[in-house]
Amino acid sequence: MEMFDGGWGLSLIVFLPLVGAGLVLLLPKRQESAAKAIALLFTLGSLGASVLAVVRFDFDATEQFQFGTDLSWISAIGSRYHIGIDGISMPLLVLSTLMTVLAIVYSWNHWPEPHNPKAFLVLLLLLATGMNGTFVALDLVLFFIFFELVLLPMYFMIGIWGDRTKIRLPGFRREVETRLYASIKFFLFTLFGSAFMLLGFLALYFKSDPHTFDMARLAEAGQMGLFDGTFGAWVFAALFLGFAVKVPMWPLHTWLPDAHTAAPTVGSVLLAAILLKLGSYGFIRISLPILPQQAQDWAPVIAVLAVIAIIYGSLACLAQTDLKRLIAFSSVGHMGFVMLGISTLTDVGINAAVIGMVAHGVITGMLFFLAGSMQHRYHTREIARLGGNMKLMPVIGGLLAFTAMASLGLPGLAGFWGEFMALLGSFNPLDGLSLTVFRSAMVAGAIGTVLTAGYMLWMLQRVNLGEPSDEWSGHDLHDADGFELAAWVPLVVAIFAIGVFPKIVFGATNDAVSELVRRAFGG
Amino acid sequence: MLVSQFLVLAALLFSIGVYGVLVRRNAVLVLLSIELMLTAVSINLVAFGAYLQDTLLSGQVFALFVITIAAAEVGIGLAIVVMIFRNRSSANLDELDLMRW
Amino acid sequence: MIAGFIAYAGEIHEPAHLVDGGVLAQYAWLIPLVPLVLMFAIVFFGKRLPYKGWELAEASMLFVAIYGVALLVMNANEGITHEGSIEIARIGSYTIEWGWVVDGLSIMMYAVVGVVGLAVFTYAKGYMEGDSRYTWFFAAFTLFAGAMLVLVSSANMIQLLVGWELVGLASYLLIGHYWEDHSNNAAAIKAFLTNKIADVGLVIGVIIVGVTVGSFRFGDILSAVSAGDSALAQVAFWAGLALFIGAMGKSAQFPFHVWLPDAMAGPTPVSSLMHAATMVTAGVYLLGRMFPFYQSDLFAADVKTWIIIIGSITLFAMGLLALVQDDLKRVLAYSTVSQLGYMTVAMGAGAYTAGLFHLFTHAFFKGLLFLCAGSVIHAVHSNNMSDMGGLRKPMPWTYRTFLAGSLALAGIFPLAGFWSKDEILASISYDAGHGGGAIASVVLWIAIAGAFVTAFYMARAVYLTFFGEYQGQAHPHESPRVMTYPMIGLAGLSIVGGFVNVPGLFTGFTEWLAARPLPMGDHHAESIDFALAATGLLVALAGIAAGTRVWRRDAATQRERDRFRVPLLYPLLEHRYFVDDLYRVALTDPIKGPVARFIDWTNTYVIDAVVNAFGAVAKGLARVVYGGFDQRGIDFVVNAVAGGTNEAGEMLRRTTTGRVQQYAGALFGGAVLLVVGLLIFT
Repeated sequence: MEMFDGGWGLSLIVFLPLVGAGLVLLLPKRQESAAKAIALLFTLGSLGASVLAVVRFDFDATEQFQFGTDLSWISAIGSRYHIGIDGISMPLLVLSTLMTVLAIVYSWNHWPEPHNPKAFLVLLLLLATGMNGTFVALDLVLFFIFFELVLLPMYFMIGIWGDRTKIRLPGFRREVETRLYASIKFFLFTLFGSAFMLLGFLALYFKSDPHTFDMARLAEAGQMGLFDGTFGAWVFAALFLGFAVKVPMWPLHTWLPDAHTAAPTVGSVLLAAILLKLGSYGFIRISLPILPQQAQDWAPVIAVLAVIAIIYGSLACLAQTDLKRLIAFSSVGHMGFVMLGISTLTDVGINAAVIGMVAHGVITGMLFFLAGSMQHRYHTREIARLGGNMKLMPVIGGLLAFTAMASLGLPGLAGFWGEFMALLGSFNPLDGLSLTVFRSAMVAGAIGTVLTAGYMLWMLQRVNLGEPSDEWSGHDLHDADGFELAAWVPLVVAIFAIGVFPKIVFGATNDAVSELVRRAFGG
Repeated sequence: MLVSQFLVLAALLFSIGVYGVLVRRNAVLVLLSIELMLTAVSINLVAFGAYLQDTLLSGQVFALFVITIAAAEVGIGLAIVVMIFRNRSSANLDELDLMRW
Repeated sequence: MIAGFIAYAGEIHEPAHLVDGGVLAQYAWLIPLVPLVLMFAIVFFGKRLPYKGWELAEASMLFVAIYGVALLVMNANEGITHEGSIEIARIGSYTIEWGWVVDGLSIMMYAVVGVVGLAVFTYAKGYMEGDSRYTWFFAAFTLFAGAMLVLVSSANMIQLLVGWELVGLASYLLIGHYWEDHSNNAAAIKAFLTNKIADVGLVIGVIIVGVTVGSFRFGDILSAVSAGDSALAQVAFWAGLALFIGAMGKSAQFPFHVWLPDAMAGPTPVSSLMHAATMVTAGVYLLGRMFPFYQSDLFAADVKTWIIIIGSITLFAMGLLALVQDDLKRVLAYSTVSQLGYMTVAMGAGAYTAGLFHLFTHAFFKGLLFLCAGSVIHAVHSNNMSDMGGLRKPMPWTYRTFLAGSLALAGIFPLAGFWSKDEILASISYDAGHGGGAIASVVLWIAIAGAFVTAFYMARAVYLTFFGEYQGQAHPHESPRVMTYPMIGLAGLSIVGGFVNVPGLFTGFTEWLAARPLPMGDHHAESIDFALAATGLLVALAGIAAGTRVWRRDAATQRERDRFRVPLLYPLLEHRYFVDDLYRVALTDPIKGPVARFIDWTNTYVIDAVVNAFGAVAKGLARVVYGGFDQRGIDFVVNAVAGGTNEAGEMLRRTTTGRVQQYAGALFGGAVLLVVGLLIFT
């Protein structure tokens, strides 16, 4: 246990999937069940270790980094293997390990075409390492590596197993396959952002004295005012680009609907549940503590962009004809609430952002699972062709209704707290921020919840209710099978539990966030 | 010492080589033309080496290098030509566009 | 501040003892919890039970009814105020709690939800027999009961919001119970969204008040009110208005009333319990919960003007609409909206007791009326009165109970509605003399006129449904006992329910409601105002009389009977009732004809049109934003960058012919160019 607490535990969580990936790689391609077993075993190990970390987590000191270790790594540039979790990263780490396991359970007999479980699992495990690593990294170089590590597996997942329908795009002369277009767009967008992010990291490194990539030391320096002025503004802008693409914030969001729609089910789930959170987590972990002054300058801009995203995403949802694309656009709106929470720079707002991230992870992950399963059966995502799903598949239909309700922010389910608390935070933002901007944002955000309810209910009406079309009379539309249920039940339980007892998340985040805000903004 | 006659000779040789490289169809002859060009370069190197009275004999040494590399290059080049000839029963460069994007 | 209340208010009713309530109050959290837990039991195990889950639903309501009545009895002996809270999260300086409050107001609501709920759940067993989603119906219905109890038991505003939205969810699920038909789904969505729009107000109000006070507990907020908290006073107007907008949505006040008549698409027990007796009164409940906040001049007293205006528009205009409906349930729905207007007016007049007293009696008689309507619909398989008529004989118990409910609603002495409506009139009259001013005087007349309209449309409903010749296809028969017994029970309560508050004789209800930790500053009359009571009663009787004149006649079809204009006037003239003539020209004709039609028209073509226009504009905007801007604007730039790169590559790749000699030519040509360049430029 001492070794576990002293950094081994977290390393285990991060690198078990990588070891698993190596082992799966060694297996012959034909031994699929062995590959699945190994992948499941190693991700379960990772999940188990993260649960153990929660059990051993000291909830009285959530603002401190626990289970940390700080080893010399690349001494030439002073980059260290510095990892640890506090109350902010802990829920996200658990979410990440849990979603990976569920993704593998779901995939058990739902392999996307072309059928190649071995390669798919290797990528999935690699992805898990990248995601888990991002949440534990406390060194900018380490963070960057994990942040970028996530890109490749997702790129290949979309590019190889993605949607093969051809689309004609404005600006392109020829038709392209959706998967190719979406994967390249995803990769380039993220790379574009992270190139600036890296520049920002390097600028921080060279400005700090002694040169360091350590987040805590940089935060101390930043709070002393070392990065104030024009330098800080440029660095914040660079980091902003990197994180905002990932969140994604309007108007950098256009990769998201394409990538989510084209990705295979599991890819969409992980993309929505975890990958988007890397961006907002970056804001909380890096941008705010290290550049508090610039954060205050930028906060109204972020708030306005967040509100535009909320309204814009909801309106765009109303125009969608494709089920997955609708869910994808809903992410734009929901992440808008997360960013609105962050932009208030208050403990309430940032807490709201973290619980909003967790809730969006489980809810939208669940929605993508359901959409994938429905596509698997109907072989279409066209909303107009669906209808009466509740009659054809009562369990899937019921779960879709439940999750849609959670997604529109029904109190008592997980989605409510993030939205409500973000609005609460923006009524009373950090002292010195423009009340006009933030209170207008609150009203606009509240109106956004009406639009959210509108498109979700409309979607439910068109997909779930009414009489099913004759088109489906001869089809084998079996309801949810065992593996699907095994993957979904934990999410349903989580949506419900967080909604009824939000302390599950707030209990971990609250002190950590308060301390962060106190140190950075003196609030 | 006059250097210009060596240079004229080298220029002539080089031009013949360029002509051969650009015009001949047969890959073997193109390789031979390349050899001519290399020879021209070697002559230049030796000529300048002698003309400048370089104590380190750089020109002559480089000429030796060029000869060595030319030998290696011809070895590999001929091997490729033989392989191509085996596969396509032709060493005609007009018919070869394997390198096209 | 308290002194201010005393000076402002007529009298403060504080029960002699306020006790903690003991074990019964400490375990009051069971009241919302039991239905919610049983709801899950119904979802998971309901289908395997002998009565398919109904027994669990019924058990939950039995529990709530017994608990609620026990608390009511205890509260009647000595006032109870108890508050308990469990922390469920801490966020920044705010605490999020699950709380339960046991005081006069919530106890009254527990009892109403429990008793009416018990009756309706029993009734529903018969009504829903054979429904394809029988178990699911009871699950959703139990969810509603639980959510409603979460709402009324809430000790803080966030929990109130939770319950508020959850009853909205239950409403959505149950209005759309027959979801095979998309028109029902449309009604369900309309209800949810209309409420959600109003909820924007509620959310903002909750945030303003909670943040300003620093706590979401009603106790803390009302303490701040009684302490005259200046920070809260600054935002009080906007907060009060925002909260009232939320209340307007749930209580279907003009202009948010549009959802309630459409909500009749749900099964009738749903209309009875949710859209008449309990859920729609949540807005009035909220105003009652926050009453001192609205009552104090320092705080949101200015909002009361808006409340009373909105309430009076609703009570009158919506009552008129009930006159032109053919669907029996829609008649009752508009009537419900109108009665909610009465409650709102009472709240706006500063009459806490009167508004909640009407809520109390209305729950019984309007719940009853819907159950009777359901019984009729069950028998004739149609909602329309044009398919009914003459049902008095085949359905004697339905007729008797419907009549009792109608008379109670019309405000006929000594039925429940008489007492509560009189209390409201007396309170408005009191307010007119104590700060309400001219507006209150006008509203008093509107309320009296509303009483006429109420009696008038109920007379129409009774005559068209139960008198005349039967017009339908099915063979009407009395409903089974499982349906008639609850109706008889509620009829009994509709008859005697008003005696709990007889001004001057027995004012138990006033004292029960006053059992709150802080004084309410309630406006209400101490003794019965005989003149006003007589006016109210006479107006109601006049309404019935007028209704009888218009609709009590036989004709070949219901449509002919329903058309008052044609043969009616001649008998009246022959009987020399010139007064009737006068009524027709000056009152009934305009009211029933152009005025009501105009209101109906504005309802459809103005307000609904605005709602639809919002939808259409949002959809159109969505198309523009997505298609025009997102896809052709932002994405075009992104694609154009990629496409441009692609095109450039396409062009450049033509130069890579694969011909070695062309490459070599280019090489030498380049070298020559370089040399020439060097020679020229050096």
